[in-house]
Amino acid sequence: MQQVISRPWIWSWLAAAATFAMTTALTEGSGAGALAYAALSFGAFAAIVGLGQMLVITLGPGNVDLSIPAVMTLSGTLALKAMGSEPDTAMLGLGVAILVGLGTGAANFALIYALRLPPIVATLAASLVYQSIAIWSNRGLRIKPPAGLADFATGRIFGVPNVALVGLVLAIVVWVALERSVWGRWLLASGQNMRAARLAGVPVEMVRASAYVTVTAFAAVAGYLLASFSGGAALNMGQDYLLMSIAVVVIGGTSIAGGFSNVPGVWGAALFMFLVVSMLNSYGAGAGVRMILTGLIIIGIVIAASTRRASK
Amino acid sequence: MGQFLSRHRILLPIFSLSVLLAATFYMQPRAMSYFGINLLFNLAVPIALATVAQMMIMMVNDIDLSLGTFVSLVACVTATFLNDSPLLGVLILAALILTYAGMGAVIHALDLPAIVVTLGMSFVWGGLALFVLPSPGGSSPDWLRALMTVKPPLVPMAVAASVLIALVTHLLIIRSGIGTVLRGVGGNARSVARAGWPVARLKALAYGLSGLFGVFAGMTLVGLTTSADANIALRYTLLSIAGVILGGGEFIGGKVSPVGAVIGALTLALAASFLSFMRLSPDWQIGAQGAILILVLTARLIFARRENTTG
Repeated sequence: MQQVISRPWIWSWLAAAATFAMTTALTEGSGAGALAYAALSFGAFAAIVGLGQMLVITLGPGNVDLSIPAVMTLSGTLALKAMGSEPDTAMLGLGVAILVGLGTGAANFALIYALRLPPIVATLAASLVYQSIAIWSNRGLRIKPPAGLADFATGRIFGVPNVALVGLVLAIVVWVALERSVWGRWLLASGQNMRAARLAGVPVEMVRASAYVTVTAFAAVAGYLLASFSGGAALNMGQDYLLMSIAVVVIGGTSIAGGFSNVPGVWGAALFMFLVVSMLNSYGAGAGVRMILTGLIIIGIVIAASTRRASK
Repeated sequence: MGQFLSRHRILLPIFSLSVLLAATFYMQPRAMSYFGINLLFNLAVPIALATVAQMMIMMVNDIDLSLGTFVSLVACVTATFLNDSPLLGVLILAALILTYAGMGAVIHALDLPAIVVTLGMSFVWGGLALFVLPSPGGSSPDWLRALMTVKPPLVPMAVAASVLIALVTHLLIIRSGIGTVLRGVGGNARSVARAGWPVARLKALAYGLSGLFGVFAGMTLVGLTTSADANIALRYTLLSIAGVILGGGEFIGGKVSPVGAVIGALTLALAASFLSFMRLSPDWQIGAQGAILILVLTARLIFARRENTTG
């Protein structure tokens, strides 16, 4: 029991469970299934971008990717344009999305490495360029995703939303890569002490590059799925996910100081972030109150996590 | 040598602003007038104040992701309470500054990551702003409007105000004793504590100063736009971070330059005006701003290399 409590990821899951219980208590249990289904669907997008952001934040202080919203918009826009609503083009669209992810990630890291820019500023400046490309190629057109792909994005297998399954598979892949591969050890070592890792022979720059490419690749996949899910790409479709991606990582128990990742916590926090909004909604809170309480809850969780750490 | 280099650091922001200004005048010679310059730097004053606010936080090694929503909230309060019942408005703004100082104290006392606490606070400020002003509107107090549209002799208002902001913050942060200690908190908080300074109070002071300049930013913004909405200044978060870095500041180590930060903010404001003169398609305006940012920051690299080889 002690071991379970001391796991940092348990807190985000407990918080998610508590908000779920409080929401369903209001409706006396009816609609619990629908609420869980919606949480899994919408939480999946936050979880996918959160997993990528987690890898970058693990690299240590100052490492954050601010280009996630722009990459999501760009990949959603270009993928839908490439598919042009034609049937059987889902794989083509996915390929375009992944290429966008790899390209933007490589560009971000080139700015960070070659120009020695702080990652926050480099990804911020680059994201302005990506946003422009998306605006230019979108031209206000709303292209529908191919019918098959739209069915997949909004569909379910055994009652679980397909997008949640994709998010789950990606989470397992990241978990295996972090916990069971040399690359994962390298990433954690670089995050704990980059200088020591470099002296120990870890190819630090290669590890950083792979993290920055992975985060944009995940954001691109999330953008592709979100555009298919919501019936088209919109220029502001990514804007909620900048703060969301950082919030789910931190609430999920990953250290903002770097060096410690937490995959299950990201999913718990993604569910929690959706559930807290729907809980406040069902209690009849207006938009203003909802935002204030969301903010206070985020700060409360960070304080709880830090006092727990200090008391150990 | 150290002094020589620190003088060098300020040259880069001055150089980038001059190049951009020269390019603007080359494209549009008619901008080279009192009226033209006023137009070019129209929105520079609130951006400069927000950049200084961000600089106060970066000075103590933290980063403020809530600044844009905070400035929006101040704008909403200014356009409603400060206009309708000035005393209540002043009290609310004072309370906001105190909250900022309290935020700094809590972040220090509980050793919390500032990036997450300010992220949470950004939701709180945004919610409060929606509360104060659910739909765009309100109006600017007359005296504020008069202040922002004043036409001083020789140089336009925006330029005069920027020089004043740079001068005051330079005296406060670089020249004064307390400013030096505050920068010391960013350099090495532990040794400042060992020297007998109350670091928690110093951090609260830095955050309080940031809140003060954030309030000024929101008020001047309303003076220019004459009305407010809850999302009016959201982009100030990122603009202010970029402005501090453009001005030669660093994320860690208490290395900040108030004069540089103001010049960085002017560069960002000018970049937007420059692009509209270029008759660039609106699609590419944002992207070109990003490209200018990258270009100017690349110049920073040349200076950094030189420091390494000569230092």
